[in-house]
Amino acid sequence: MKNKLSLIIFFIFLIFCFIIFYIGLDKPKIYIPKTNIERNLPVFKAKDFSSNTYIDSENIFAEENYYIVNIWASWCVPCRKEHSLLMELNQNKLIKLIGLNYKDNLNNAKKFINELGNPYNQILIDNDGTLSVEFGAYGVPETFVINKNKKIIKKFVGPINRRILEEIKLIIK
Amino acid sequence: MLANQIGYYSLILGLLFSVYLCIVSIKDFNNADKKVSTNIITLSFLQLAFVIISFISLILSFINSDFSNETVFNNSHTTKPLFYKISGTWGNHEGSLLLWLLVLTLFIFLFLIKSREQPKKYRILTLLFQQLIIIGFFLFVLMTSNPFNYLFPIPAEGLGLNPILQDPALAIHPPILYLGYVGSSIIFSASLAAVAQNYISREWGQHIKKWVLISWIFLTIGIMLGSIWAYYELGWGGFWFWDPVENVSLMPWLTLTALLHCILVLERRGALTSWVVILSITTFTLSMCGTFLVRSGILNSVHTFANDPTRGIFILIFLFILIFLSLGIFFLFHKENNKNSDTFFWLSKESSILVNNWFMMYFLSVVLIGTVYPIFLDVISAEKISVGPPFYQKLIAPFLAPFLLFMVFGPKLKWIKSKIENKSSLIIFLIISVILMFFILKNITTDLLFYTILISAAFLLFFTTSKELFFKKFTNMSQAVAHFGFSLFILSILFNSILSSEITTNIKVGERFNYNGAEIFFKKIEQDNKSNFSSIVGYFKITNKKGKVIELKPEIRVYNQPVIITSEADIKTTLLEDKFLVMNIVKGKKYFNIRYQVKPFMLWIWISILILSFGGLMSLSKKKYEK
Amino acid sequence: MKILKIFLIIFLSMSFSQLKSDEKNNKLKNKILKNIRCLICQGQSVYDSESDFASSIKLIVNKKIKDGLTEDQVYKFLIEKYGEWVVYDPKLSKNTYILWLLPLLLFLVGGAIIGKNLIFKK
Repeated sequence: MKNKLSLIIFFIFLIFCFIIFYIGLDKPKIYIPKTNIERNLPVFKAKDFSSNTYIDSENIFAEENYYIVNIWASWCVPCRKEHSLLMELNQNKLIKLIGLNYKDNLNNAKKFINELGNPYNQILIDNDGTLSVEFGAYGVPETFVINKNKKIIKKFVGPINRRILEEIKLIIK
Repeated sequence: MLANQIGYYSLILGLLFSVYLCIVSIKDFNNADKKVSTNIITLSFLQLAFVIISFISLILSFINSDFSNETVFNNSHTTKPLFYKISGTWGNHEGSLLLWLLVLTLFIFLFLIKSREQPKKYRILTLLFQQLIIIGFFLFVLMTSNPFNYLFPIPAEGLGLNPILQDPALAIHPPILYLGYVGSSIIFSASLAAVAQNYISREWGQHIKKWVLISWIFLTIGIMLGSIWAYYELGWGGFWFWDPVENVSLMPWLTLTALLHCILVLERRGALTSWVVILSITTFTLSMCGTFLVRSGILNSVHTFANDPTRGIFILIFLFILIFLSLGIFFLFHKENNKNSDTFFWLSKESSILVNNWFMMYFLSVVLIGTVYPIFLDVISAEKISVGPPFYQKLIAPFLAPFLLFMVFGPKLKWIKSKIENKSSLIIFLIISVILMFFILKNITTDLLFYTILISAAFLLFFTTSKELFFKKFTNMSQAVAHFGFSLFILSILFNSILSSEITTNIKVGERFNYNGAEIFFKKIEQDNKSNFSSIVGYFKITNKKGKVIELKPEIRVYNQPVIITSEADIKTTLLEDKFLVMNIVKGKKYFNIRYQVKPFMLWIWISILILSFGGLMSLSKKKYEK
Repeated sequence: MKILKIFLIIFLSMSFSQLKSDEKNNKLKNKILKNIRCLICQGQSVYDSESDFASSIKLIVNKKIKDGLTEDQVYKFLIEKYGEWVVYDPKLSKNTYILWLLPLLLFLVGGAIIGKNLIFKK
């Protein structure tokens, strides 16, 4: 009977909805943009932290190395937490660590570096946050791994911890 | 402290009484008495009393800032003003569930005492179905969302209530909304009972209509209050964002409105019985579904309460039990009256109500699909997309014009059969207004064709209903009033959307900003300290093109607990337009960022919804169904 | 003197058209910003938000419009950085066919069902 068939289909549909909602409850609600797609390195001009002059991105990422870009700020509490790990990362000769100082006061940022040490090979200034947007970041701290082909291959949102540090070390081998 | 204990044990007693009530009712159902035993009504009252006691206990805990109560600790603070301490009771997840229980138990009690002429078995079954829902909520509260959890050691201070919730409109928005939303539970229970008793008839239609109207009126006003709050408090100048929580209150409203119209057909002609039952089930199901969506954390929104998946699982299972049960009853027990009762002549009032259902169900599907589709997509393919206002506007707006036209012609049709009478005057009117609108709008907006047709259709409805209201001796005033309110609502929204203007700029104290022949002068700032916040008030003098001057004083508030910075817009409301000014701090800079908006006809949006609700109220006070 | 007058006229008309195009750009900017989700807020558009992320996006969108990008190109730029979730208007893609078409399909099916129940003869 046509009625019975449509009834059965309807009930199956309801069960389908139930399953979807059930699974949906466990899904992470915080949206983390796809961290695994390779993206091109943006082309930009930025001010250097120490020299206060503009540099081209091509000159910053000139060498055939792995680059790690880390977005930080003196007012950012989790940045202090990851700082020692960044110092450790800088020991590694295979990578160059580029810092992006996000919406910060120059004096406060300098104090931060003097106080905790400078893990970066180079620091760029991003006063209005537009440079971070070019990288696809939306907060601070965030860390990007760039491979030898100048592609962004991995992104970490939030402060890096020991596990992430090991992961980075594995990638750059 | 004591209030805590009393509140908690009242809930347990309420649950026990539920179970007892079910047992007594089943016994009463099966005995030969012609009337429902008075025991049952007494028990129902006692159950209501226990929930009231529990609710009052929670309120007292809030008033006394009793931080040994976990809910009070999480949501209150000693410096909060008394009014907001009280309204904070239902401004959180656990407290709002007590409100659910309150409305559920209240409505079944009122139903019992107001339905004495109805058949006994029907009343008992309604009670039983409602108890099923009530027991479910008691269990939900006691097992996952207890408002009376004990904290030790007792904290000295609470975490405070989010300051944007400390607003009069938002304080009364939940109770009113719940009276509508949760009140639809009685329609659900009564419809299931009527189906099981094969009692879906004209008499039943007449009886259930008032419950549908009550639920509908409160739901309409409740939604309006939420919009008013969003407009005045959130500082963005908008009043509807197609946010999931808003959608979730709109969906039952759509089905309830469709149900209201179907009841008319049921009352008059005994037809559309399936529609009535399905819509009754759907309305409350959507309410429950809404509760699930906003409390389980499955959706992302400004409004979501608790983000707790265990609560989500409970409601999900509860929801689907209700769905399967109600649909099961419908399919097992529902009998079509006779083969031909649901086929109508195409030009008749019945068919116009069918058309109304058709459009309402379409609007419902747009809102429902837009709201839950991201969940489905995320689960199936791990892709996350956003569905926002553009989606809803694009799919709904084109259908509004034909819908409005149907509203013009539909009520004029006769029952059973209408002749294609001389409707030419209306059609000529429509053509004239289209041409008129075209020329008026040509210079104002770019979506010319779209707005022209839509506004003309709305005007046509506006004029026909005004004619009925003010010039003819019309017998169905409530319908004319309600439809008039709706046409005014659409017109207000359209004109507001076309004619609104805004300007955003950075400005320092003492500066003047000129635009379009008007001037904004930032006179000064003043600092102030209140009980739970300190504020910076900006004094602005705005001179418009014609030289008229108004003063606006937007504020930036820094609340102390929790530490939140909010912008309070200053809004000057007149009948003609609202002037809206918001001020924001720019980090690290000496100047402020301001947004000034002129929004015509905002007040009419609220007034028209009140008129719409008043139409419903008029229908409630009618003695018998009139033409 | 005449040359000065001509210069003045050209200058004024250019700034007038600049004003007009500024106004158009402003409208376009607001339209776009209302359609972009603020990723660190809960359910607010970039237009409505004053957060750090929102201010950065506002600056970038402003720059892109000044550079002459169309509305769709701006969205494409942001989607490339942040994924489809950042835009409130779901584009018609293979992910969203059902989203857009299902309500319309239901409308047609509903119409057919209702039409079947109506008697059209006298």
